[in-house]
Amino acid sequence: MKIKVNNKVQELTEERITISELLVKNDVEMPEMVSVQLNGEFVKKEKFEVTVLKDNDEVDFLYFMGGGSLI
Amino acid sequence: MEFSDEQLERYSRHIILKDVGYEGQQRIASGSVLIIGAGGLGAPAALYLAAAGVGKIGIIDGDVVDTSNLQRQVIHFTQDVNKPKVQSAKEKIEQINPDVEVVTFRKIVLADNIMDIIKDYDFILDGTDNFPAKFLINDACFFAKKAYSHGGILRFNGQTMTYTPGNTCYRCIFNSPPPKNLVPTCSQAGVLGAVAGILGTIQAAEVLKYLIGKGQLLTNKLLTFDALNMQFRNVAVSKNRNCPLCGQQPSIRTLMNYEQPVCDIKQNNISSGDKVC
Repeated sequence: MKIKVNNKVQELTEERITISELLVKNDVEMPEMVSVQLNGEFVKKEKFEVTVLKDNDEVDFLYFMGGGSLI
Repeated sequence: MEFSDEQLERYSRHIILKDVGYEGQQRIASGSVLIIGAGGLGAPAALYLAAAGVGKIGIIDGDVVDTSNLQRQVIHFTQDVNKPKVQSAKEKIEQINPDVEVVTFRKIVLADNIMDIIKDYDFILDGTDNFPAKFLINDACFFAKKAYSHGGILRFNGQTMTYTPGNTCYRCIFNSPPPKNLVPTCSQAGVLGAVAGILGTIQAAEVLKYLIGKGQLLTNKLLTFDALNMQFRNVAVSKNRNCPLCGQQPSIRTLMNYEQPVCDIKQNNISSGDKVC
């Protein structure tokens, strides 16, 4: 199955993979802190474990970023 | 307003630009921008906005210049160490461009002061490094129907998005602040100085585009970049119907102070009357 993660195609051997499993597979630090869009729609964090991906799905992992001035 | 000969010369490279022109420069000159945080992002943004001739620049920051700031906060010089950042920034802006009116606030933004401060500005630039402030700015701009630029940097990475009323907000993407100290800040994890310059300058360009009303803003888009591999990505971010602020059943009706990462805040640098919440 092919899934696009952050605009790069990943060829997956798994027959069934959830968003949670995809986060682990991609070695994402603190997966509970990542925002995920699936085909352009945000997925609630509590749905990561039950959302199963299909061929040609497009997934965006978006990360918290602070930075700037301490104020 | 009419420009003097000196101003026509000063802004000539804008005025000859097709999408700016005399009228665009007039819009810049009558525009007002509030920069929240005179640090890594606010410093380059303030320099470019001052040079561009933005009519009024407000700067809010409760901190003083520290030696460790000088690696990236390019508006502050070595001799400014221990000086309030807002004073240091004001002095540089006035040297770059005496046309600019500079208003300074030596304090931090809180739920009980932010609405009163942002109301006098056309555009708000988030240059803060902590999540409580970022969520507060987002919520305040939503309630006040103000445009603002979100910016975040960490290590070799940066992200920015422009909010205008009706479009995707920061909470559509990130819902609520991460638990304290779980996501590192620059002071904990480091940042390449030039990354702050890239991002703050992108934010300044968004401000100028907003003021002249030309081009496409970074609305409904989160621009992320990785300077280590010099890759930029523009991610379309749609409005989230479950957003607690602007979604279909919003749960947030008022501004709130989240717990600040007090371990990082130098209490003695915050002017009296302000509290850390």
